Parts: sequence; structure tokens; C-alpha cells
Amino acid sequence: MAGVTVSNLVKTYPAGSRRATDDVCLQVEDGEFLVLVGPSGCGKTTLLRMIAGLEIPDSGTVTIGGRDVTALPARERGLSMVFQSYAIFPHLKVGQNIGFGLTMRKVPKREWQSRVQRAAELLDLVDYLDRYPAQLSGGQRQRVAVARAIVVDAAVLLMDEPLSNLDALLRMQFRAELKKIVARLGTTTLYVTHDQAEAMSLGDRVAVMRDGRIVQLGAPMDVYDRPEEKFVGSFLGAPPMNFFTATVQDSRLVVAGRSLPAAHLSGWPDRTVLVGIRAENIEVGAAEGLTAEVEVAEPTGAAVLLTVRWGADELKVQTGPAFRAAPGDHIRLTFPPAALRFYDPETSLALPTR
Amino acid sequence: MRSRLWVQVGCIALTLFMGIPIYLIALAALSSRKSLNQFPLPLSPTRLSGETMSTFLRSTGIVGGLLNSLTIGLSTVVLALVIGLPAGYAVSRYAFRGRDPYQIVLLLTRALPIVVLSVPLARIFLDTGLYDTTYGVTLLHTALALPTTILITSAIFLGVSREQEEAAMIFGASPLTAFVRIVVPQALPGIAASAIFTFVLSWNEVLGASILTLNRRTLPAQVFATLADSPLAFRFAGGLALVLPALIFIAVVRRYLLNMWSTTLR
Repeated sequence: MAGVTVSNLVKTYPAGSRRATDDVCLQVEDGEFLVLVGPSGCGKTTLLRMIAGLEIPDSGTVTIGGRDVTALPARERGLSMVFQSYAIFPHLKVGQNIGFGLTMRKVPKREWQSRVQRAAELLDLVDYLDRYPAQLSGGQRQRVAVARAIVVDAAVLLMDEPLSNLDALLRMQFRAELKKIVARLGTTTLYVTHDQAEAMSLGDRVAVMRDGRIVQLGAPMDVYDRPEEKFVGSFLGAPPMNFFTATVQDSRLVVAGRSLPAAHLSGWPDRTVLVGIRAENIEVGAAEGLTAEVEVAEPTGAAVLLTVRWGADELKVQTGPAFRAAPGDHIRLTFPPAALRFYDPETSLALPTR
Repeated sequence: MRSRLWVQVGCIALTLFMGIPIYLIALAALSSRKSLNQFPLPLSPTRLSGETMSTFLRSTGIVGGLLNSLTIGLSTVVLALVIGLPAGYAVSRYAFRGRDPYQIVLLLTRALPIVVLSVPLARIFLDTGLYDTTYGVTLLHTALALPTTILITSAIFLGVSREQEEAAMIFGASPLTAFVRIVVPQALPGIAASAIFTFVLSWNEVLGASILTLNRRTLPAQVFATLADSPLAFRFAGGLALVLPALIFIAVVRRYLLNMWSTTLR
């Protein structure tokens, strides 16, 4: 077991003009499950590959378990990895694939067999050990890749979008299974994904990345609830956070001539702010609310997602499954003061609340 | 269904096109000298005789030439792979400066006629003591085979994903081990194809081998030098002796042309 520390990692690809990772610092605790999430091209995979030893950083250091491994090749870093394309070996049988790391470490035959057997049991692959990967389904190949990664008992487990090639249903099932397995092993895990739902559901902590930087790092619900940047609010969560501009007047928010009650506003009199609120935090139906017009109503089963026109802004509102509305209906919205988040319209950064 | 039928017909026609001459040569080489002069020629192997073949094999320089040819052919295959595989790997994996010109220059080496190459080579080989040795001819044939070896294997290496090698290295393999245990087994079909190509090239090459040797002739060079003055039966025997080993080599290597695990993964 070991923690991972990344300090000031910089990487620029020869073809790229800007930095793939820009002075990234990150501390992963021993046994922690940390998810790196961000849109494509944000540098999350590059960061993971530098930790793995598959890319060489321009500057900065990587430390695993207190040992500086920046200059070490991948095989000497004592880690294990699941690749996006699975990267299992088509010319080796499933058993040999799973045991590849043990073969390389020259583990004695008897121990080799019992460890491969145990990993295969954990991932329901016992019946397939003598088959070639070509005879397996996509989901089973993914299981082989995970079994190969956990059988070596590495101190650190890296996963690069391991679920992205599976279809939606399988992805949901395997996500929960993966969380269970990793929790049982207690291995320090770094997991890269572009899927915000995966990030939220798997991570002990989530690092949201953009343009080669980590913009916010924290427990999933904290990051979801209190985005420190407008980008984080609109990237995490489905639907994304609503944003609209408002002016502060006498500790109330004024939007298009209508005013809302709000808290923590005393510091910014007469200022324009960007207000953010999650769709599920907007309340519908109270008599004294502000009127808005329904444009689209989408029942999702567990809830109804409304797209409403409110003055100049379009908002996403999530209501209970029993709610019925048709396009053109007028509904009344309430914005609970505690659910409002405030951002600087110029920098898009959260305004400090006090 | 109809198009499939035509494919079958085409395959049979092609097989006959290649097979009939070989059959006729074999038939003539294995018949007695007398039956060759019969009219009409018998087309079925009714009167087989080892007389022609054994006389041919006993004549001067033939067995030696056969051995020289085999030695040179097999060493050329080994040498071309030892040099060509890493080069093909580099071309497929690394975007180095001058990669595209390099590939064109590779092909240009084949643009020079062998005669033009051989005379200065003979001069150099005379100076360095390589003249009239199997090594010298092996070197020439390796140089001729390298472009195709590199181009064929680089195309095959492209089919093995980089991530597989990276996975091998994550799990404890050195770059060389990853290459040997992960890439090479998957590249076997391409390696087999280029080995066949190389062997046949070396086996058939006459001009260079004739110019660069005097006493250690390869079989084609030997046959080329002596057979023009030989009786008809001997020419057929020479033809069969030239065709057979190449066919055997192809038959042996052929099984690597097909993937043993029948499909490849993306």
C-alpha cells in the first residue's frame, strides 16, 4: 500500500502548443480512490500516464509510497493498470493473460495458479481460463483486464477509462462491482474518466480537470454542491447547474426587475453576480414564486425534467415524478437562498462567502 | 452464390496456371531420357525413373551449389529479420525526423539493377576477402531483401496496439521482453510472409551470385553457368531441383501465415 504524490508536473507534447498538464500538484492518500474527471483533452490521461511511467514529464516529480519514481521505468514502479482498450493479449489464453504480471515476476507455479484462480473467481472468469480473448464478449474482456491488474497486488492501481467501451447497462452494473472489488482490496486507486456520473459514484475524492490543471478537488458531493468555478458546476451533474446573471440590491438579488431573497450578499452591494443553482434545488408550485413558462417537459421515470423560460434565461428544473406540465404552462418557481451559489461574472470563480 | 462460384473458378484456374508447369517439369525430370523423346509425350506418371535426377545430382557442383543456396537462403532470412524487424518496428512506432524519406530511400535501393551493384561490390569483396564466399552473397541478398522485410513487418507491427506493449511493461516486462513476448507472436504472419519472400528472392537470384562467386556458386548460378550446354533432360532436372526446396520452405512457413488463434483483437 502506498500513497501517490505528484508535484509540479509539466508536460508539453511536441505537436501541441499548450501544456497537456500545467504544473499539476496532487496528493493521493494511501488506500484512497481518487477520480480524475474532465472533458477530453484536459490532461487527465496524460497525468495518469506520467504516474504510470508511460510518459516522461518535462519537469516535476512523481512519488509513490515515499519513493521518487520520476526517473524509473513503468515496470519498476510497483503499480498496475487497466487500459481503455483493455490491452489484453490476443495470443495468450485468459489464464495466461491474468497471470502475465506474475509470470514476469517469476512467481512459483503453485502460487501462480492459486492467485490466478482467486482473481478469476473474483471476476467470474473461472470457466473461461482456457479460452482465447477472441472468444469472449466485450464485458468479459474488460473483466480479464481488471483481473490481470488486481492479481499482482500492486501498491497502486491505475485505471484509464476502463468502462468507456462497454454499453450503458453493462457499464452501470460493472461500475458497482468495480467499486466493491476495489474497496475490498483497499488499493490506492487513480481512476480517469470523462463521465461525470462515474466520477461521482466511484470516487472517495474527485479531481475535476480542465486545460491541464486541476480546478477543484474534493469529496464528490462537496464538489457537486459547491463548485468553485462555473465550469465545474456545468461539467458535473446531469443536467448541469443553471446559471443566470443578477444584480445585488439591498441584500436581495434582482433579475430582470424581479427580486429574490438571498443570503451572504452584504459584501457586494450593487454588483453584478453570476448565480448558480442545481435543477433539483429549484422548487416548483409555491404560490408566491416567480412565474416561468414551461418549454419542454421530460419525464425520466424517477423525476420530471423541465426546461423553462424565465425572463431572458432558460433554466433546467427537476421536479417529482408526479408533476404534470405541458409546454406553454406557467409555473411558479422558488429559489431557496441556501441553494444559491455566486460567481464572479468575469473570472467565473466562486465569490468568497462569509 | 454466383460470385462465389466465380471465385472458385478463378482459384482453380490460378492453381492450374501455377501447378501445370511444375507438374510437367517434375514429370520430365522423373522420366527416363528415352521417354522424353516419345511422341506424343505421356502426360501421366507411368514410366517413372530416377535416372535423370541421379545423373543430374551427381554432376559436378550441383550438390555443393544446393548446399550453398540453402546456407545463403537461410542465413539471408535470419540476417534480414535480425536487421529488418527492429527497423520495421521503428518505422511503425516512432515518428522520427526523416521517416518518410527513409521509407522512400529503402525502396530506391531496389531501383539499382543488380548488375550495376554487383561489379563495385565484387571489387570491394575482392579487397576485403569476402569474394567467393557464402557470406558475401548473403550480404548482397540481405541488402536486397531488407526493404521488403522492413515495409512488410512495419505494416504488421501497426496492427499490434501500443497499449498492449505498455500493459506488458506495466506488469513487469522490459521493452525487449514486451517486444519478444507480445509483439512478435502477433506479428508472426507478417514475419512468415517476409521470410518466404526473402528466401525465394535469395533462392532465385542469379546475377549477383554469379558475379560475386567463382567456386562457391549457388544452385541457380551453377545451373545458369552449366545448363545451357546440357541435354534437355538435365535442364528439367535442374528446374525441379530449383523449384522443390523453395516450395518446401513455403509449405513449412505457410502455417504461420494464418493466425493460430484465428482472429485478432482490435
